[in-house]
Amino acid sequence: MATLTGVLARPSGYTGVWSWITTVDHKRIGILYGFTAFAMLLIAGLEAGVMRSQLATADSELIGPGVFNQMFTMHATAMVFNVIMPLSASFFNLIVPLAIGARDVAFPRLNALSYWLFLFGTLLLHAGFLQNQAPDAGWFSYASLTEKPYSANAGLDFWALGLLVLGTSSVAAALNFTVTIINMRAPGMGLMRMPLFIWMTLITSILLILAFPVITVGLIELTMDRNFGTHFFMPQGGGDPLLWQHLFWVFGHPEVYILILPPMGVVSEVLPAFSRKPLFGYPFMVFSGIVIGIMSWAVWSHHMFTTGLGPVANSVFTITTMLIAVPTGVKIFNWIGTMWGGAIEFKTSMLFAVGFIALFIIGGLSGVSHAVAPADSQQQDTYYIVAHIHYVLFGGSLFGIFAGIYYWGPKFTGKMFGEGLGKLHFWLMFIGMNVTFFPMHFVGMNGMPRRVYTYSAESGFQLLNSLSSLGYIILFFAFVVFIINFLRSSKNGAEAGNDPWDAPGLEWSISSPPPAYNFAKIPQVLGRDHFWIVKELAREAGQGPVQAEAHVDERTIHMPSPSYWPIIIAFGVTWIAGGILTHYALSFIGGLIAFVGVVGWGNEPASAQSDH
Amino acid sequence: MAHAVEPAPHAEEEYTTTGLNHRKLLMWVFLGSDCMFFGTLIATYMVYRGQSLNGPYPIDIINVPVTTISTFVLLCSSFAMVQALAATNRDDQKAIRIWLLATAFLGAIFIGFQIVEFNAFKNEGLTLGVNLFGASFFTLTGFHGAHVTLGVIWLLGMAVLAFKGRVGPATALDVEILGLYWHFVDIVWIIIFTLLYLIGGFDTGPLPPSGG
Repeated sequence: MATLTGVLARPSGYTGVWSWITTVDHKRIGILYGFTAFAMLLIAGLEAGVMRSQLATADSELIGPGVFNQMFTMHATAMVFNVIMPLSASFFNLIVPLAIGARDVAFPRLNALSYWLFLFGTLLLHAGFLQNQAPDAGWFSYASLTEKPYSANAGLDFWALGLLVLGTSSVAAALNFTVTIINMRAPGMGLMRMPLFIWMTLITSILLILAFPVITVGLIELTMDRNFGTHFFMPQGGGDPLLWQHLFWVFGHPEVYILILPPMGVVSEVLPAFSRKPLFGYPFMVFSGIVIGIMSWAVWSHHMFTTGLGPVANSVFTITTMLIAVPTGVKIFNWIGTMWGGAIEFKTSMLFAVGFIALFIIGGLSGVSHAVAPADSQQQDTYYIVAHIHYVLFGGSLFGIFAGIYYWGPKFTGKMFGEGLGKLHFWLMFIGMNVTFFPMHFVGMNGMPRRVYTYSAESGFQLLNSLSSLGYIILFFAFVVFIINFLRSSKNGAEAGNDPWDAPGLEWSISSPPPAYNFAKIPQVLGRDHFWIVKELAREAGQGPVQAEAHVDERTIHMPSPSYWPIIIAFGVTWIAGGILTHYALSFIGGLIAFVGVVGWGNEPASAQSDH
Repeated sequence: MAHAVEPAPHAEEEYTTTGLNHRKLLMWVFLGSDCMFFGTLIATYMVYRGQSLNGPYPIDIINVPVTTISTFVLLCSSFAMVQALAATNRDDQKAIRIWLLATAFLGAIFIGFQIVEFNAFKNEGLTLGVNLFGASFFTLTGFHGAHVTLGVIWLLGMAVLAFKGRVGPATALDVEILGLYWHFVDIVWIIIFTLLYLIGGFDTGPLPPSGG
């Protein structure tokens, strides 16, 4: 079997493009996730810009309905699957091993495979643009609009198959992080000593593991309807389009908590650090997260109040949806409790965390308002829903993610962000976000339907829509400021040192950027806010400031070696899916490539040292 | 290719918080995920039970005695798998090879039955597109068959290693993880057999709408 691994000699070295392609280092994979997802954020953001230009004036014919449909579909799909999820995955990769005191994740090569599947799945999803056949049935792609007779071109196939590949990536990553968190904590880190971000990562991973198979089956059935003559969602053959909605939302509602729980975890790390006090009500934060995770399975039909499920189902899902607001409220009060009486420092990261709380409350309240079935039947498919989702996902998730970027960024670049530009970025984003999305509450309540490419001048929607489009311009500049700040500070920023915020987490006890092996010596965890305890003990003992752990020779620490196989398997798997779109022979070749990859992977020891 | 010969150093010396091996934990968590996968496929079948607009209906198609035989074969393969693991633990090289091959062989017989069955159904007019019964039946049992096929390939790969003398107490964990997967696939078939054959196999025409 040495021949197989011998064909592709074991990659080595830590520089150059190949070192990135073959890397299994969680920090590098995290950086790859981060940059790819940020590039997708810009693309999906520009798609939003196209929509806002179309909607800026009444009766506009700037892009027309066809392109508009593609824009809202790809904007939403990309923002959910290619931006917020992978940005969270980026944090999982960068932070989890550091914060639990591990040298890497449990399965470094599986981790690399997750990234490459994510990249190729993203490309497959967007490949429809090359043929002007981008998916155009909305991000939840309701049947039977998505069936062949109503969406004849290949757009929906790109959508379904792209999401299947992305789903494989997400599940692989989630399995990896579940095992890592359960099994790789440093000695002394009991479950109730884990940082809250790690808890939220664990809950999110479990949700992913259980929710993605449901949408996988839905996507397979949709693909079979479109390509193999079945009638799962087609009434002509007895199928029920509502089954698609059930499958989609049984996945889709846990999915929205998959999008929000990691940023909630980030905020729960940032607030204590800048309030100079431990997280308020830690056990309540943990258990409210678990309760949210469990209850997220019992609320899906609130997306379907207008489909005629009957009064019993509507009442039950109204009640469960209102109940899930309780653990969410617990979290918000605990965040406020954390800040209460603290010595608050309003660094950029803290501003984003506080902005998160404010905007998420607004989004949460509008969410409770459509928990009420009768009210929801008025709000369904209006801009009121668009306002809600952007307050929770932009004002919530994305603000939380930016809080994390400003908080943990210096750990990985080794340089401080410019605070002036950072604050400018925050205020532009905060104002722009509200100018864009707050008016949507009103146009929505006045009856403007979402997903319609234009509106008439008599409707009276013109003024508020122009305001939303103006807000988009502000947001555009907010991102320009962020990019300038990032480029400038990663080149000329002040040295960060290992612990710029005097923070409590384990990750701050090692140098910035961390060495490849993270911890020369696996730490013994002393308590919930480990590094604060260490620093306090040093102060009491009259020692000087605690220094970062000294670097040691990398060769003395046994680390997993780079590997070619993850990218090869990911390439093969993507062609299995791509072949269904083009020619089945390509699926077969893709399967062969993946099989060779799996055999090669299986025969390759996890680290090169034990090879010879 | 040292890792299968001697106790894999990265696996054996590794500190884990729970004391459970990473790969074993990974398999358990993955099986949780696979439960949801089959659960959704089974749910699709049950939702569409009796909803087909036209025949052939299960009563016209399903042959319970034949599938009972293949079910028995698959359950026997689980017994062989248990024996393979036991042989691995006591380092009985001959028994390891026999029981691994026996497991793969029984799995392959099950697949053979399924191929024959699918062909017979097709000849009787049951296709993916003909009605909801065909669509949900073939999708569910097809994905189960794919799982069994994957298991057979894995078993054969393990058998190749066994013939090279690379399977023994030091690599018992590899066999155990394979066994977890194999038993899971068997258990799923017990549920499928019960629902699709023993209960649903006698469905005639469209069922009247239920009271709920």
